[in-house]
Amino acid sequence: MRRQLQRRSGGRMIAAVSVVAALGLGAAACSSSNASPTSSAGGPVTISINCAPTQAQNPIQHKEWVKDVATFEKANPKITIKSVYNNPCTNLPVLTAQLRAGTEPNIFYIDFTDLPQVLAAGQAADITSYVNSKTVPTLKDLVPSAMKAVTAGKTIYGLPTNTYTQGLIYNRKLFSEAGLNPNDPPTTWAQVETDAKAIAKLGHGIEGWGDYSAGNNGGWHFASYMDALGGTTVTNAVPPTAGFDNSNGLAILQALHTLRFTDSAMSKTQGLAWGTLQAQFGAGKLGMYIAAPDDVYNQIVAVDKGNINDIGMGPLPSLTGKPAGSLGGGNAYIFAKSDTPAQIQAGIKFINFEDLTPGKGVTFNYARAKADGIPVGFDEPSLFNGAAGAQVSALRTKYTTINQSYYKAYVDANEVSDGEPFDAQAVYKTLDPMMLAVLTEPTVNIPALLKTSATNVNTLLQFSA
Amino acid sequence: MADVATLRKANARQAAPGRVTTGRFGQKVRRNLSAYGFLIGAVLCFTFFSWYPIVREVILSFQKAVYGTDTYTWAGWVNYVRIIHDPTFWLAWRNTLEFSLLALVIGYAVPFCVAILLNELRHARGYLRVLVYLPVMLPPASALLLFAYFYNPQYGVFDDILHTLHLPTSQWVFQPGTGFISVAMISVVIASTWMNMGGATLIYLAALQNIPGELYEAAELDGAGLFKRIRHVTIPQTRLILIMLLMLQIVATMQMFVESWVLTNGGGGVGNNAESVVMLMYQYAFELSGSSNYGAASALGVILMLVLALFSGGFLWVTRERRA
Repeated sequence: MRRQLQRRSGGRMIAAVSVVAALGLGAAACSSSNASPTSSAGGPVTISINCAPTQAQNPIQHKEWVKDVATFEKANPKITIKSVYNNPCTNLPVLTAQLRAGTEPNIFYIDFTDLPQVLAAGQAADITSYVNSKTVPTLKDLVPSAMKAVTAGKTIYGLPTNTYTQGLIYNRKLFSEAGLNPNDPPTTWAQVETDAKAIAKLGHGIEGWGDYSAGNNGGWHFASYMDALGGTTVTNAVPPTAGFDNSNGLAILQALHTLRFTDSAMSKTQGLAWGTLQAQFGAGKLGMYIAAPDDVYNQIVAVDKGNINDIGMGPLPSLTGKPAGSLGGGNAYIFAKSDTPAQIQAGIKFINFEDLTPGKGVTFNYARAKADGIPVGFDEPSLFNGAAGAQVSALRTKYTTINQSYYKAYVDANEVSDGEPFDAQAVYKTLDPMMLAVLTEPTVNIPALLKTSATNVNTLLQFSA
Repeated sequence: MADVATLRKANARQAAPGRVTTGRFGQKVRRNLSAYGFLIGAVLCFTFFSWYPIVREVILSFQKAVYGTDTYTWAGWVNYVRIIHDPTFWLAWRNTLEFSLLALVIGYAVPFCVAILLNELRHARGYLRVLVYLPVMLPPASALLLFAYFYNPQYGVFDDILHTLHLPTSQWVFQPGTGFISVAMISVVIASTWMNMGGATLIYLAALQNIPGELYEAAELDGAGLFKRIRHVTIPQTRLILIMLLMLQIVATMQMFVESWVLTNGGGGVGNNAESVVMLMYQYAFELSGSSNYGAASALGVILMLVLALFSGGFLWVTRERRA
C-alpha cells in the first residue's frame, strides 16, 4: 500500500515538475523581430525590414514589393529579406515600445520627426562609414534637407525614402457640380469658405471641407496651417515655447469654426484620424482637405478606389493667397543599434535598390507603376536634385498617367517646406483636443482655448526640452 | 506505567526540539510535495507577470532614462512632480471619479434590477439569461465600435431616434462640457454597462436563487409588497455578494481605459472630458514621442495602485462582519 502511494506521489511529482518546466519554457520563450545576424564576413545574412505594403490594404504595392524582394535576393543570394508587413507604416506607440525594448526590426521606418526619440533611446546604429557614392550612387543628389533628417551632427543613422509638402486636395467633379471652376482652387480661407459652402449645398452627405482632430493628425494639420500663414507652432527660442497663441492661430481656428457651425460645410462626425478623410474623398463625399500628393496615389486611388481624374491640388489656404510655407516632412529607414556590419551593408544595398534608384523599386519604377494602374506623374517625393533629379523628372513625364494641369496650382505655388516643430508628435497630440473643441463646440471661446492649449504645450515642452 | 527507556526517549525528543521540528516539517513537506510542485507554476506566473512588474513599476517611477542609452538612473520625485503639475492629471482623475460614480448609479444598480426581474420570470428565463450575457461575449473593441456607430451624430441610430421623437440630438461622446456630470461620460457609462452587466447579472441571479423561498412566503404572509420583500429579504440575503461586487466594480471602473479609448478614437473627447487615468498613463508611456516617459507613466500607475489599495483596505474594514 505504502509503495503504491509512493508510486502515485512520485507520478504526481513528475506531472508537477513537467507543468513547471513547461511554464518555465513558455515564459522563457520570447521572440524578437530582429533577424539573427548569422554571418561572419561574406556569409549569409538576414535582415528584417518593416513598412512592407500589406496585401489587404495595398495589394498592388504588395505584389510589387514581393517581386522586388525576389529580384534582389536572386541578385544577392547571400542576403535574405524578412519583410514585416504593416499599415500604417508608422505607429508611434508601437515604435516607442519597440525602442524601449530594443525589439525594432533591423531596418525600421520612421517619420523624420521620430529621429530624436530614436537617438534618445540609443537604438540607432551609426552607418556613416557605410554610406558613400559606391553604396548609394545617388547620394550626392539627395536633397540636403532629406539627409539632414537622418543625420545628427556628422553621424548618419539612416537613409531617407520620402519627402512631402502639404497642399490642398480638391474634388474637381464636385467643384463642377457646385458651379465652381475646377481649374481655380481656393487659395485663401475666405475662398475656401465660399467654395465649401457651395459644395455642401449639393447634399447627399457631401461635405465641403474635412479635417482631423485625433491621432495626432489634428495638431499636424494645425501646424501646417500656421506655416502657411507665416507663423510657427513652436518657437525656435531656447527653451522652445508655444508660438500659436496669436492672430494667426485665432484666424485658423475661427475659419474652421465658421466652416463647421456657420456654413455647415463640415461633417457632424468629428474626432477623425488619418485614413478617414481619404475614404470620404475616395467615395466622392468630400470637396476639399489638405494633404501631401502621396495621399492621392498611395491611399485615395490605391486603397479607397477614388477616381484619379476627379482629383486636383492647389496650395495651402492662407490669408493672402500665397502660402508663406508648408509643413514639410518625410520618412526614412533607420538602422537598429544591434545590427551587425553585414546587416548594415545588406540593408543599405536593399534600400538603395528599392527606394533610391531612379527607375527601380517600389518608389521610382514608374514604368511598372503605370502598368499596374498606380497614378504616375506627381512631383513627389522630391528626394533628388542634380542628375538623379533630372532622371526622375524625365521618367515621371514619360510614364505620367495624370493630367499635370490638375496639379499646376500646387506646383506653381512652390511652397517652402518648413520642416516640423520641436518634439512634433507630442505637440500634435496636445493640440488634437484644441482642434476637436473648435469642430464640436458651437460656443467655444477660441481665445481662451488658444491660451489653454498654449499652456498645455508649454508644460509639455518644459519637460521634453 | 511507561518504562524508563520510553521515558528517556521522550525526554531526548523534548531536549532536541529542533530535530523533532525538522522531522515533522520535513514530513509535512514531503507529504505535500506534489501540491507544492503544482503550486510552483502559479507562484512563478504571479511572480513574473504580477509581482515583478509591480515592483519594477515602483522602481521605474523613481527613475529616468539616460539619454542615448537603454538604461535608467535615479531621478527621485521628478516624475511625480511632473505629472502633478500637468493639468491633464487632475482632469483625468476627475473624469475617472465621474465614471466610477456614474457606473455605480447606472452600472451597479441595473444588473441587480435585471437579476431580480429574471428571477421573478417563470418563462423563457434561460433564453433571457443568454440574451443578457451575450454582450459580455463580444470582444470589447467590437462592442465599443458598435456603440461608436450608434453615437455618431450624423448617421447614428440614437440621434435618429431622438430626431424622430422631436427631441434635441446630442454629440454623445463628443458632446462638449466639463461639468462633473457630462453627457460624454454618461455615454461612456452606457456603453460600458451594456458590455459588462451580463456577468454581474448572472452572479446576482445565482445569489437570488439561493435565497430560501420560505423567507419570501413569510414576508408575503406578513403583508410585504414587492419592494418591501426586496428591501427586507433580497438585499440582506445577498449582502455579501452585493458588497464584494461593489468593491470589485469600483476598482475595475477606476481602471477604465478601453471604453474611453475606442469611443473617442484615442483623443480623450472634447477638452479631454472623457480621458481616464489609465488613458493618461498610456499617453505618457507611448504617445508623446520624445517626451514619452515610462517613469511618468509608472508614477501615475503607482499613485493609482495606492489609491485603489487604500480604498479596498478601507472598504473591507468598514464592511467587515462585526463579531458580537
